[in-house]
Amino acid sequence: MARREVAIVGFAQSASVRRETALNEVEMLMPILGEAKAQAGLRGPEIGFTVSGSCDYLAGQPFAFVSALDAVGAWPPIAESHVEMDGAWALYEAWVKLQTGEADSALVYAFGKSSMGDLPEVLTLQLDPYTAAPLWPDAIALAALQARAYLEKTGRSERDLAAVAVRSRRAAAANPKAQVRTTADVETLLATPYLASPLRAHDCPPISDGCAALVLACGEAVRRSAMPPVWIRGIDHRIEAHALGVRDLAASPSTRLAGEKAGATPGGVDLAELHAPFTHQELILRDALGLGADVDVNPSGGALAANPMMVAGLIRIGEAAARLAAGAGRRALAHATSGPCLQQNLVCVLERD
Amino acid sequence: MAAAIAGRLTAAHVLEYPYRRSVGPVLGAFFTGLTERRVTGVKARDGRILVPPVEYDPDTGEAISEMVEVGPGGVVTTWAWVEKPRRKHPLDRPFAWALIRLDGAGSAMLHVVDAGSAAAMETGMRVRPRWKDEPEGNIRDIVCFEPE
Amino acid sequence: MSAVTSILTPIRLDYTYTAGRATQRFLLGMAEGRILGQRCPQCTKVYVPPRGACPQCGVPTTDEVEVSGKGTVTTFCIVRIPSDVLSVPPPFTCAHVLLDGADLPFFALIQECEFDAVRMGMRVEAVWAPPAELAPTFESIRYFRPLDEPDAAYETYKEHL
Repeated sequence: MARREVAIVGFAQSASVRRETALNEVEMLMPILGEAKAQAGLRGPEIGFTVSGSCDYLAGQPFAFVSALDAVGAWPPIAESHVEMDGAWALYEAWVKLQTGEADSALVYAFGKSSMGDLPEVLTLQLDPYTAAPLWPDAIALAALQARAYLEKTGRSERDLAAVAVRSRRAAAANPKAQVRTTADVETLLATPYLASPLRAHDCPPISDGCAALVLACGEAVRRSAMPPVWIRGIDHRIEAHALGVRDLAASPSTRLAGEKAGATPGGVDLAELHAPFTHQELILRDALGLGADVDVNPSGGALAANPMMVAGLIRIGEAAARLAAGAGRRALAHATSGPCLQQNLVCVLERD
Repeated sequence: MAAAIAGRLTAAHVLEYPYRRSVGPVLGAFFTGLTERRVTGVKARDGRILVPPVEYDPDTGEAISEMVEVGPGGVVTTWAWVEKPRRKHPLDRPFAWALIRLDGAGSAMLHVVDAGSAAAMETGMRVRPRWKDEPEGNIRDIVCFEPE
Repeated sequence: MSAVTSILTPIRLDYTYTAGRATQRFLLGMAEGRILGQRCPQCTKVYVPPRGACPQCGVPTTDEVEVSGKGTVTTFCIVRIPSDVLSVPPPFTCAHVLLDGADLPFFALIQECEFDAVRMGMRVEAVWAPPAELAPTFESIRYFRPLDEPDAAYETYKEHL
């Protein structure tokens, strides 16, 4: 079967904030879904497939994702699915659904309101429940283990990490949706205390509440869009072993492989949005994808500037698409990650006509 | 019960599960070993001893079950110093998270090192477990590791 | 020590919920002894309690509507097992009550009524907590009790089962 060409025809995201106290998830999503559908030129009932990504533990309620359906409108009954993962994997499911030919358009959305709980502890529960989670290692501690493994293997320094933070935050100054939009210089950042050495606060993402929605279309449905279509030329995701101790944390072989399978050839892209919640992870991902200094990495500021859980990966794809649609380049790479220390990675290659 | 705080109605919610997990023969052997102050791993297809053990080979997915004793001492392969422990952390004073490759093991296990200060930590340093007085058969029978 | 076959791995996570705009309006209404819903601008259905969206049309619901404390039992059951979340001892009657002016029935307790007298179509009214005990919680309505009115015709609530 020939592969169907799938385009991103709408994207919208909320501003990321530390604590959204006025709105519930449905109220957060409503305007964003409306904006994405309007860009795509599609009304709710015309959309062939709906899929979301979120994590019930963020809300502390089993099946919490079901209540978000109120924001979509599920009558007459719609074709719908959900992944307990970042919305980037929901997008992957939508892409597969469009490949089957059963739908010509898909609405993908993701939401995360981390402020309701204690995010570093919530993330502990994604670990092995027998030998790792009972120690309650938090997400920052695990990232710090990876950061040291990377620095000592490559000879890079905490200064290199701080430089990533400064560049991300400066880029975020131009992104009204980002949360951390100002920065001190490298020297000042290096004088701040460690959260978990070798990581300092600037090496870690902010805790964010936010949501995003994206519309995919095939064939005739693409023409309805107000946004120039951005085509998904390749998409792949790969996962590594669950046990941290059997992985080489200083590299990301799953990203490298996903990049190859998605057709992300070195030197072939103008810009890249990498889902690197920690500074050292951007460097690991650049290495894995062979991105040189000529590629504009994370022009949005990336996850270091806004990191709504379960959303930040989908935002990378949306940001890359929106920038191509606005003429910032012809070809882009977008990446999303899931699990501790870059365990699972998705790479998507986007292209404008 | 909702209460008005700063113009917003808020409510406390506690999610609590008293999970009891069946461990199966491989992890069962590992936890039983801990009650005897022994650390055991499982032999993977390529000959590596994986600690903690897993039921299936991480590369090939084949079932594996041959248990081999390792350690109890080992080497720190990477570490992160925590100056302010969180409530649920294993130690209530500054400590290091570490991946530790026990002698004879081909993989590293996650645990904590009670080293006093970050200055006492170094990748490649040797550590040994400090055992709980009365082991119960879980990962916290190892209270922490300490420099050898 | 004998072989270990299971381990205890208790987890506990603490959350602070905020109600959201629509639910906050509803709960503040409860504290005043009022029942506030929202109307869908598209299909005109009224949702009580409101969540800020029409779950059928997928559009924001912004028009606030106050509805009556009187309504109709659309379906019910007699519960004979104890509940952790309801303070009443079993057996007790649970029902879906469609309030007059609302299009979404909600879960409620029925009291002051014999078990064999509860029926679909039965007219009921809210029994509120004493004024001093009204609070921003659903429990401000203690329960529903029968009204001395003829039953509602099936046609009036058949779309809301």
